[in-house]
Amino acid sequence: MHTIRRTFGLPLLMLVVFGVLDWFFPKMFDLYIQTLIIYCGINMILAVSLNLVNGFTGQFSIGHAGFMAVGAYISAFLSVSFPNWAGPFINLNFFLNTVIGGLFAAVAGYCVGLPSLRLKGDYLAIVTLGFGEIIRVLLLNVDAVGGARGLYGIPKYSTLFWTLTWVFICCFTIVRLMRSTHGRAFLAVREDEIAAEAVGIPTTRYKVIAFVISAFFAGIAGSIFAHFLSYLNPSIFTFLKSFDVVVMVVLGGMGSISGSCVAAILITLLPEALRPLQEITKIDFRMILYSLTLIVLMLTKPQGLFGSLEISDLWKKYVRRSASN
Amino acid sequence: MEEFLQHVINGVSLGSIYALIALGYTMVYGILQLINFAHSDVYMVGAFVGFYAARFLNIADSPSYTSFFTILLIAMAGCALLGFSIERFAYRPLRNAPRLNVLITAIGVSLFLEYTGQVVFGATPQLFPNILEDSIIFSFGGARVTKMDATILVTAVGLMIVLRHIIQNTLLGKAMRATSFNRHWASLMGISVDRIISMTFIIGSALAGAGAVLVGMKYPKIEPLMGVMIGLKAFVAAVLGGIGNIPGAVLGGLVIGIAEEFVVGYISSTYRDALAFSILIVILLFRPAGLLGRFSVEKV
Repeated sequence: MHTIRRTFGLPLLMLVVFGVLDWFFPKMFDLYIQTLIIYCGINMILAVSLNLVNGFTGQFSIGHAGFMAVGAYISAFLSVSFPNWAGPFINLNFFLNTVIGGLFAAVAGYCVGLPSLRLKGDYLAIVTLGFGEIIRVLLLNVDAVGGARGLYGIPKYSTLFWTLTWVFICCFTIVRLMRSTHGRAFLAVREDEIAAEAVGIPTTRYKVIAFVISAFFAGIAGSIFAHFLSYLNPSIFTFLKSFDVVVMVVLGGMGSISGSCVAAILITLLPEALRPLQEITKIDFRMILYSLTLIVLMLTKPQGLFGSLEISDLWKKYVRRSASN
Repeated sequence: MEEFLQHVINGVSLGSIYALIALGYTMVYGILQLINFAHSDVYMVGAFVGFYAARFLNIADSPSYTSFFTILLIAMAGCALLGFSIERFAYRPLRNAPRLNVLITAIGVSLFLEYTGQVVFGATPQLFPNILEDSIIFSFGGARVTKMDATILVTAVGLMIVLRHIIQNTLLGKAMRATSFNRHWASLMGISVDRIISMTFIIGSALAGAGAVLVGMKYPKIEPLMGVMIGLKAFVAAVLGGIGNIPGAVLGGLVIGIAEEFVVGYISSTYRDALAFSILIVILLFRPAGLLGRFSVEKV
């Protein structure tokens, strides 16, 4: 009984909480705020999943938008072309389509990961970037998903409940993963690849696993995004989108899950918060400020907001310090 | 056959421009091991410097070699200044930081230039001034060699020869080669490493400025995001030739330019942008050090 509660307690509790929130939120907040929350959620999934590759495993991928595009297009295509294939329940269909989208993204992650992990550092970065661009160009040329016109009429299945649930699944999986043997292996690969190999960790396999899991969740985020916006266009998934996610990971701190979440929220809300400034000056300063923030942050606090610590570590530190005073 | 020759001519002309921009990437990488993402935006600024200079000097509608060289020199000087300031204010404070941080700063600088460009220059495309009259010099089996293509090729090759002379035969070039070989030892030999790195950025950016004017002449639509794609392709060209290797960048640029021209001519122009990356991935899988690069074994 105790183990059951420990294993399933938190997930079940969160499901109930999200259900209540989903029922409660539309009555309290207007559409604008709901939209922002869903975008925050999507960015959180993207940032946390990329953190597994960039932060924990120490590889440098800047092609996350490509995996997101795969998930988005596959799931949207299923929802548009085969509505209700899994029965009359919308949510079940959406769940299955999302998972299938994620699985296809994971396959794409495997295809990129396996060959390109022979490369290191900058070369790997540029190959992932190139792969993301190739996916985008292919989508531009596939008529079944609309090509350059984009894919219209995707049903609006994404709700607050599904977004929060997937954010939770993503964070939960990665937190638990990082606390397991496999998590230690990821960290070992990051810290010193040669030493990791020397103690018998199959480094290539772990790098590929990291890529696959990360791509899977990127695909999930893509699916939620597609079913929220109800319209897809290849130009959404340019490498600027990938850079956005990289910025979130770096801003939050490489290897900090809560850092990624906080940074995803900040980056999503910052342009919105700067909107009044734009209305006063009539000039779009937001993106300039955004890029300046990035440069200044790198110059002054290169390890990101949280470094490799979690928000709970910081809290413990704070408590200890105030206790000793 | 005519068509084939025409594609080769266009490809060489395009490739020489890629090569010019690729040189900037490869020089900076050779010395700092940094992918200078901002390089593509230095190139974009070069095009706009040319655009405004032509307007300011009232030579936008007087095509001649004099106005071409004036604009070329002004754009090169403007880019050199910009490249110098980027290195001085964004990269130098991070000289001893992890490489990832410098890379992200480079992305930040790139985004900053792009968005500032959209505010300052406007997001709508502008028409690059007509600074060189185009005419057909001679036909060769049906394929035409235009004055524009010839000028582009001669200018690009001329600049590469100058660069080669600087690197191989001058003291500055010797210092640059030493710094790229080993920065620490170079400084022990009395080379001011910071100054050499600045010079590298100045030369590389000036080449990007020249490339911008040449592209502006051939494809006169300029806008703040014009550097993104061409920058990526030039970078691919640099990797293809073996990054850090100067003749490699030229070779890579030509290969990418010609291959792209063939894809556009014989397959479909929509696959144009995917081509460079496909070449890149294939090259990296089979010859990770690039065509002319030397493969180094990691020692433990």
